[in-house]
Formats: sequence, C-alpha cells, structure tokens
Amino acid sequence: MATVRLSFSPAPVHVRTARLVGVAVARRAGVAEELLDEVRLAIGEACTRAVTLHRQYGLTDLVTMEMSDSDSYTVRVIDHAPIEASVGLAKLPPDELAAENLTDDALTTGVGFALLAGFVDDLQVRPVDDGPGTEVRMVWPVTRR
Amino acid sequence: MELSLTTRTVAEHTVLEVGGEVDVYTAPRLRERLIELVDAGARDVVVDLERVDFLDSTGLGVLVGALKRLRTAHGTFGLVCAKEPLLKIFRITALDQVFPIFPTVDAATERDGSGPTS
Repeated sequence: MATVRLSFSPAPVHVRTARLVGVAVARRAGVAEELLDEVRLAIGEACTRAVTLHRQYGLTDLVTMEMSDSDSYTVRVIDHAPIEASVGLAKLPPDELAAENLTDDALTTGVGFALLAGFVDDLQVRPVDDGPGTEVRMVWPVTRR
Repeated sequence: MELSLTTRTVAEHTVLEVGGEVDVYTAPRLRERLIELVDAGARDVVVDLERVDFLDSTGLGVLVGALKRLRTAHGTFGLVCAKEPLLKIFRITALDQVFPIFPTVDAATERDGSGPTS
C-alpha cells in the first residue's frame, strides 16, 4: 500500500497545494480521468472545512491529509477542532440558501457539505481516535493498469 | 491559475468577468470587488463565470452574498455559465434554484423581461 501524507498550516493558500497533490496521487493511483474534477473539488472542500475550523478556533495545529491506494483511492483529511464543530453538518434546502438571516459561514458550511456528499459516494465524517478533531474520509474506485 | 477580475458594461449591466480559480484563498478578492461595484452604484450586475476553472463553496458563498446585497439595494443579479462541471455544482447545492443562470452574457443582459431577476 502506497501512502502519501501531507501536513500544512491552516492557511487558505495551502488548500490549493492540497488539491494539486490529491489529484496527482489520484491520477497515479488509477482513478478514472473523468472523476478527477470531482476528486479535486471534494479534497478542496474537505481541506477548506478543516482550515476554516482551525482558524475559527484559533488553532495553529497542522491539517493532515493522507492518501492511500490499496484497493481504492482513500483520502483522509484530519482536523483538530473541537468535535462539536462538526455537529450540524447538513444540506440546506433551496429556500434557505439565500435567506437574509443565514450567516455567510453557515451558508458556506452547508454548501460545502452538499458538495462533499454530492461528489463522494463513499464519504464518512467521524471523530479522530485521539484527542479533539474530525476525520473526513473519502474513497474513490481505481482501475489497475 | 490565478484569479482574474475584469469589469465591463453591456446593455446597462455591469458585467464582472471572472477567470481562474475561485476558492477559499481567492474568494475574498471576488467579494471585495463585488462590494466595490455595488457601493459604486452598480444595480444590475452579471457575473460571467465562463473562464472559471474551479469554484468551491467559498466562492458560491460570495455569489450568494452579492445576490442578497443587490436584492437589498433593489438591484438584479445574474450569472453566466454554460460549463457542465460548474452547472453540476449549482445543481448539487440547489443554488440553480437561487440564481438566474444564463448561457451567454447577451442572454443575461437582455432587457425584455427575461434578464436577471432579484
């Protein structure tokens, strides 16, 4: 099993790097070309979520992204924000999306989760095993060459 | 690709042409530009996404913010987008039911009643 691990400080500029690395490893792992746009978007959303949470809570800890290509391409994005930050992840109904009382953060979080759920068939969001934090785990099929 | 922002006027609409990647890093610049336009008096605004390579939830949030700002100012706001990957993002998030989305700038700036609505 080949694993690539990337850790980065919670700065928005690094999310682009994470997307580039995630797609490069996906291509190398054998993820179908037509899925790569969705991989790029999903990894971007998961990393954006982690970076945003770290910044909201004033955390300087690194965000970690692990990619492995055993039987499928698995990406885990791990943050260290308090677990309650993950509560309330839900897709927003259309009539609430442009509601005046919806904050920008709530909108972005809801839309981001809708994109993750929409683009990743195999998606899990769960607490990390040690300490505070959440792991977003995304799996895509690979075609062996 | 870096974010690019270019403004022009078409049929009395302010058209903001966006290019490159709109993400958590670049979206604040798009937000600032849209606020500047509205503060400067623009009321019929069209954002042309045809040269956008990447759009994430942060960028979508900025577009919703602009829609709300123009609604408050009794203006109109529309998007130009014909790229299927981007349209899929709007469908998945249900934002295709929130934004008027047009295939061309001409369609978005028509004044026959089919143009952008607030």
